[in-house]
Amino acid sequence: MKAVNNLSYHVNKGESVGVVGESACGKSVSALSILRLIPYPPGIIVGGEVIFKEQDLLKVNENEMRKIRGNEIAMVFQEPSTSLNPVLSVRTQLAEALELHRDIEKKAATEEAIKLLKLVGIPDAEKRVTDYPYQFSGGMQQRIMLAMALSCNPDLIIADEPTTSVDVTVQAQLLELVDNLRAQFGAAVIMITHNLGIVARYVDRVNVMYAGRLVETAPTDEIYGAPKHPYTIGLIGSVPRLDLPRDRDLYVIPGLPPHLARLPSGCSFNPRCAYTIDRCHQETPELEQIGEDHLSACFRSGEMTELLEKERVA
Amino acid sequence: MATNDNLVEVEDLYMYFPVTAGVMRRKIGDVKAVDGVSFNIKKGETLGLVGESGCGKTTTGRCILRLYEPTGGKVTFEKQDLTALNQRNLRSIRKNMQLVFQDPYASLDPRMTAGDIIGEPMLVHQLVSGKEYKGQVDELFRLVQLEPYMADRYPHEFSGGQRQRLGIARALATRPSLIVCDEPVSALDVSIQTQIITLLMRLRQELGLTYLFIAHDLSVVRYISDRVAVMYLGRIVEVTNSDELYDNPLHPYTQALLSAVPIPDPVVDRQRKRVLLAGDVPSPVNPPSGCTFHPRCHQAIDICKEQSPEFRDIGSEHWVSCHRV
Repeated sequence: MKAVNNLSYHVNKGESVGVVGESACGKSVSALSILRLIPYPPGIIVGGEVIFKEQDLLKVNENEMRKIRGNEIAMVFQEPSTSLNPVLSVRTQLAEALELHRDIEKKAATEEAIKLLKLVGIPDAEKRVTDYPYQFSGGMQQRIMLAMALSCNPDLIIADEPTTSVDVTVQAQLLELVDNLRAQFGAAVIMITHNLGIVARYVDRVNVMYAGRLVETAPTDEIYGAPKHPYTIGLIGSVPRLDLPRDRDLYVIPGLPPHLARLPSGCSFNPRCAYTIDRCHQETPELEQIGEDHLSACFRSGEMTELLEKERVA
Repeated sequence: MATNDNLVEVEDLYMYFPVTAGVMRRKIGDVKAVDGVSFNIKKGETLGLVGESGCGKTTTGRCILRLYEPTGGKVTFEKQDLTALNQRNLRSIRKNMQLVFQDPYASLDPRMTAGDIIGEPMLVHQLVSGKEYKGQVDELFRLVQLEPYMADRYPHEFSGGQRQRLGIARALATRPSLIVCDEPVSALDVSIQTQIITLLMRLRQELGLTYLFIAHDLSVVRYISDRVAVMYLGRIVEVTNSDELYDNPLHPYTQALLSAVPIPDPVVDRQRKRVLLAGDVPSPVNPPSGCTFHPRCHQAIDICKEQSPEFRDIGSEHWVSCHRV
């Protein structure tokens, strides 16, 4: 089963990149691969390279990799209640990374942990640092995860659906916080999510994934203003929007995402696509440049503007 | 309040769950899940109920179906006071109100075939004869755009979206007038969500259904509902029609909730005013005094700490509960 297939993208220093797609499209697997966190067996990175600061992470040995994980690249997971260790205090968990990567004394690490908790907006940090994860609410737990990710001042933060398990008002707090911290520390962010709204508000560039492949990538304004891949177009048209009239018809993408072990021949999206031509059933489209800094993997991306215009008139 | 076209009327509904402690299970307090809620749903209307987790929206839905015995208040359905009915009469009226659950993985019995799941309500309520049964089940399958030949399959053989269709078909089996949809799409992928929303809207039109649509996703709720009620900590803070909700939200909580939902269009989203709430939702065991929203409210004044604001109509059926409006 190819969970991620022929995926290439880059993240610039200090940039925030969103990876969107539905469940099982390979968003999380691709992110875990960057950190080589895919359990082996059964998972195996068959090929490719992950260049981080001019170094191929797939070639470095496990010792060096450990120096990078949590130190230069940090990860924030989806479910804070299962990612935090329930039997260790927040202090212990925060200090672990500090003692390991920054080689500082226990006392200094505790002080640093308190500073981090304050940074992510946990009230009463001096007292609460000795508390255990269950004593915090879901939103607070995610703040702790964030504090942990920031502890070693990483150059890249990978956030895998960081807010799916919290409420909307807390989600807004957390995302604002991530955005501010990014500006403050200059870390790049890879934000993995299925929520198109979050992507529109918080990232500079969007990668759309479908069935293990990258199907379209462009700067945020461009991808929402002039999407060129039928899947992206469908996805954007299928979500209800607060600002548009309610009698607007939603675009319904028919069918289901394919099982990754039984992909259709040709373009994986062809059974659900409204714009298929014969070629789509025979060949798999590769990512092609279709505009400045805009790539799409569809044979018909070039004529998409006219196709949509024709539909609108009809 | 009792006009003729109301299918459901909820008056001063209270639902408290006891909190117990110790071996003797001594009662030490109450979770005030629903704390004085009143609203009505007109025939053929869809009322959306939004709020964050723990605000009591699901409990409200279940109280209406009398799946919980409310602590206080009255629920009228098709002119009958449900809270006063005995079990036998309740059972016969229950076929007119059905529930679609959030999690299509947990709400279908894994050991029953899809056909049996959908057909069971008709048998329980003795709605079909043996001869008609198979045809009716097939008809229900088609109604939710599933193929009747799938009736012999088990739930695990269906995808999430298909399972939710089964859940809807089961709810439709007794030909109800009211369906309470409790987060029917939040467990599904974006493209599947749209399929289910569109299906629910089509069924509403074809069968003349009335929905109570409970969800936390404001964009979805606004899209499908005629009117929206916003709940916070067991109380309704604002009710108005769906257009007014976005164009003219009056309660500070509604405003914050709206602004927390990013619009999937960066150009539009950048121009919106942001209202960011501080802190978390307080515990419903020990809610704040006065207006329960005051500790998080950026417009709170002294009176908000002391007095609970009255829920009032400020014109054209726009109800709000706030001292500052």
